[in-house]
Amino acid sequence: MLLLLDVAMLLEKLVLITIVVMASLGIAMYTTFAERKVAAILQDRRGPNRAGPFGILQPLADGLKLFFKEEIIPNFSSKALFVLGPGLAMLTAIMASAVIPWGDKVHFFGRDISLQIADVNIGILYVFGVVSMGVYGIMIGSWASNNKFSLLGGLRAASQIISYELAMGIALIALLMVTGTLSLKEMVVQQQQGGWGGLLGWNIIKQPLGFFIFIICAFAECNRTPFDLPEAENELIGGYHTEYSSMKLGFYLFAEYINMFVSSVIMSTLFFGGYDMPFVNEAALSPNVAALVGIIALMGKVVFFLFLFMWVRWTIPRFRYDQLMHLGWRILLPLALFNMLLTGGIILYFNK
Amino acid sequence: MQALTNRIQHVDRKPLTFMERLYLPAILKGMMITFSHIFKKKPTINYPEVTRPFSPVFRGLQILNRDEEGRENCTACGLCAVACPAEAITMEAAERLPGEEHLYREEKYAAKYEINMLRCIFCGLCEEACPKDAIYLSETFTPADYQRKQFIYDKQDLLIPHPIEEPEAYKKALGNRAKPSAN
Repeated sequence: MLLLLDVAMLLEKLVLITIVVMASLGIAMYTTFAERKVAAILQDRRGPNRAGPFGILQPLADGLKLFFKEEIIPNFSSKALFVLGPGLAMLTAIMASAVIPWGDKVHFFGRDISLQIADVNIGILYVFGVVSMGVYGIMIGSWASNNKFSLLGGLRAASQIISYELAMGIALIALLMVTGTLSLKEMVVQQQQGGWGGLLGWNIIKQPLGFFIFIICAFAECNRTPFDLPEAENELIGGYHTEYSSMKLGFYLFAEYINMFVSSVIMSTLFFGGYDMPFVNEAALSPNVAALVGIIALMGKVVFFLFLFMWVRWTIPRFRYDQLMHLGWRILLPLALFNMLLTGGIILYFNK
Repeated sequence: MQALTNRIQHVDRKPLTFMERLYLPAILKGMMITFSHIFKKKPTINYPEVTRPFSPVFRGLQILNRDEEGRENCTACGLCAVACPAEAITMEAAERLPGEEHLYREEKYAAKYEINMLRCIFCGLCEEACPKDAIYLSETFTPADYQRKQFIYDKQDLLIPHPIEEPEAYKKALGNRAKPSAN
């Protein structure tokens, strides 16, 4: 009996993992399309509209093109690491989605299936650990290219991600002091209880400054404009992926979009109630409908954040490197520390 | 220093205020500007499906005219070649033989008629020079090809479709600005 349960559990998790990985890949694909479309619309252009109706087959065409391009491994590169780089970038990008609660639970075959691959009690720490591994993908790839421009891009990426992770982590500590838990699922459940249709329960109300720091750092972690110095085309040719071609380049670009997707999900989960649909009482609905509503709510928030990423990209020009470091170490870090102290002080004052 | 003109504009070099140093208002302002562009009209058109309206005097690729029985109008007088400032037109004349009356309207016709579309400047002087209503500038434009020699259009490329044998193609070639009774 126990064994049977385990097999069912294994199957259920496998299916969930497959769906989540495929969904993140598909969403990343269409994010590239959306990026081009949003860029076009913001610049009064039309964007890709030739492949399929409204150009919706464009990502397929792009992917196909990348697959069929010649795979070049430079002679002077260290070959194993050269291949490892994009693989690692992709792996870490996908792995982060393991602890995200996509919805509450569904009821199928007489079983309650949780829509979360792993509800680990250190959820957000796991995300942090995996995301900071992502810099290894960039670093290894850029070093293995044996090219000065790549190496410069890689170094920029490494120092930038490490600098901004600090402020991000401290902004998160303030949030953790409010929630008192590291589990993402717990956080969502907490945020569902709140006044005014659940909106007042969202952590953005309690931690606006923390969210502000977090979103800036998320932009930096994803290497998105205005923090896209690692791949600054006009300074470093292609940055860390200068030497890459074909699908290895595609993996790097793809990993960036998956990172964007994952950080959008994390931001919605941490600060915007995750799968909590405001003004809807999920407990009154049947579990499957509630899960569907939850997923729609989460995806709505994610789409908004993805749009924000693109909107900012086509508005704000790139930082200079010293400005970047200045912002990270001398503005965001003290601000995050101040936010942490303030939060701690308020909690102590009300708990005395 | 004495100003040389009264057009000097003094640059404001005050240090930034606190709000300005925050940069956030400026960033939000910029983002509102880009957002407003979502609702702006796009100047681009979907070209092959939609074309911009032409002026009624638009001068496109040349076309060699036929009369209503389908006979070629051109009599190979060479006035168009003389008028051509780009020297894009060459032709060779031939005499109409008995039994060819249904092919050529005049007793002399162009056995060879070539226009080099890479030289042509689409000035329309050939059209003005022609005494026989034989050459017109159509609405067709932007031909594309892989080889330069493909741009030397010979008579087969230039002749309008036969009005009796291919009436629909003929209609299409006439376009929307054909006069009710050509020639």
